[in-house]
Amino acid sequence: MNLRISTAPHIHHPVTTQRLMLYVIMALLPTTAVGIYAFGLPAAILLAISCATAVLCEFVWQKIAKQPVRVNDLSALVTGLIVGLNLPANAPWWIALIGSAFAVLIVKQLFGGLGDNFLNPAMAARAVLLASWPVHMTSYVVPTFFDAGVDAVTAATPLATAAQNAPAQLMDLFMGNIPGCIGEVSKLAILLGLVILLVTRTVTWHIPFTMVASVFVFSWVMGADPVYAILSGGVLFGAVFMATDYVTSPMTPVGQMIYAAGIGLIIVLIRNFGAYPEGVTYGILLMNIATPLIDRFLPRKLYGYQKEAKQA
Amino acid sequence: MSEERMSLGKVMKNGIITENPTFRLVLGTCPTLAVTTSAINGLGMGAAATFVLICSNFVISLLRNFIPDKVRIPAFIVVICTFVTMVQLLMQAFIPSLYDALGIFIPLIVVNCIILARAEAFASKNTPVASAADGLGMGLGFTIALVILGSIRELIGNGSIFGANILGASYEPMLLIVLAAGGFLSYGLMLGLFNLITKKLENKKSRKEAEEA
Repeated sequence: MNLRISTAPHIHHPVTTQRLMLYVIMALLPTTAVGIYAFGLPAAILLAISCATAVLCEFVWQKIAKQPVRVNDLSALVTGLIVGLNLPANAPWWIALIGSAFAVLIVKQLFGGLGDNFLNPAMAARAVLLASWPVHMTSYVVPTFFDAGVDAVTAATPLATAAQNAPAQLMDLFMGNIPGCIGEVSKLAILLGLVILLVTRTVTWHIPFTMVASVFVFSWVMGADPVYAILSGGVLFGAVFMATDYVTSPMTPVGQMIYAAGIGLIIVLIRNFGAYPEGVTYGILLMNIATPLIDRFLPRKLYGYQKEAKQA
Repeated sequence: MSEERMSLGKVMKNGIITENPTFRLVLGTCPTLAVTTSAINGLGMGAAATFVLICSNFVISLLRNFIPDKVRIPAFIVVICTFVTMVQLLMQAFIPSLYDALGIFIPLIVVNCIILARAEAFASKNTPVASAADGLGMGLGFTIALVILGSIRELIGNGSIFGANILGASYEPMLLIVLAAGGFLSYGLMLGLFNLITKKLENKKSRKEAEEA
């Protein structure tokens, strides 16, 4: 018999994994819609492939490993969707396939499934794709917004052009009229997603706000334009949807703020001193690894537990 | 089992499968991760290590009654160094391309855990012939493991095996797998696979024995 042992209080709550994942998908819908609107059919096909692969891999693995099939907790679908949103719209189809399969099979299931993965699966998949096929992963197309007369035009990310003193307009950055990954172009849609996550209490403000504030402050210290720094690249998308992953972020609010501030610092350091134009991926992955350490030094306060009074 | 005679086949099976140095004992991981970027590098490294293993095991076994216990490790190292230097010079003279590819990892065979471990655990307690056989088995196990890993990484990371293109010109290689991270990744997956197979075989065996009993 398998008895589940946990400390009191034993309170039932209607919020299930499935419900939380549904909220995340709802929050991802605005940016997904803008991405498909901006980049057209190729983006929709990539997203479909990445979602289908993730769900299929999860199902097949759980069947083969004779585990209970938990595909309908929707976590694989969320992973697949985020992997897809992290791709440039003109990436070949097999990039989406390999990315989702790697995220679900290797990063998630081989480490024990949902709750035991030590890295955010979608983020790790992005890092693998970036290291393996750097050309495919960094050739972005300018959004066409279904403008029939224009074929896809490839361009560098605004972060790369910023170095050449020709920064994109801030308004374009905010609305999404820039080349970039499918999910990261429109900051307005991402902020709408953040509102959905906050209203449904899926995430608290600590990680996204601290991370963006950290990028803002450190960029300012480095002498870069802080507003441009937070609106360009994947900072907002990462802060709202990827750094907030429950499994790979600390449990306490203070720990979460340290974690998020660390991500911001790494991003700014990589952008200013590193060989890559963007550092969101590695910032989040490195702090994912630091999460157990943060949790160890800032343990969760146990219910009804009080610190012993200091002895005189 | 100091003077017990072991059959050659048993020693070989021990080295290649039961106590495969790479996949079962997890020894010699540094050269494993470093040189398995291609199948030919794996084969070259495995052959060099096998030669050193056979020779050093044989000589150390001959000397096992003369080496004082307190200084046995330095004594073993001197013997191993001799053969590694021979391999290094021979390789530099006759296969310079492989010598360049393996680089620093040839002299580093001196400190390869497998060689010292077999000297300590086997050659210092067994007869010269059994020790040489053990060196051959362990060396073959190491070589096979390196060639498997090297082939997989070369196939995925370069689309070829032993330099022969297999996946065609349209295949876009996964660069990561020939980088350091890919080395750890593929080694870890192979270890897991080997453990899984061994466990399955053991389960089968114990079930068979249970049925017979």
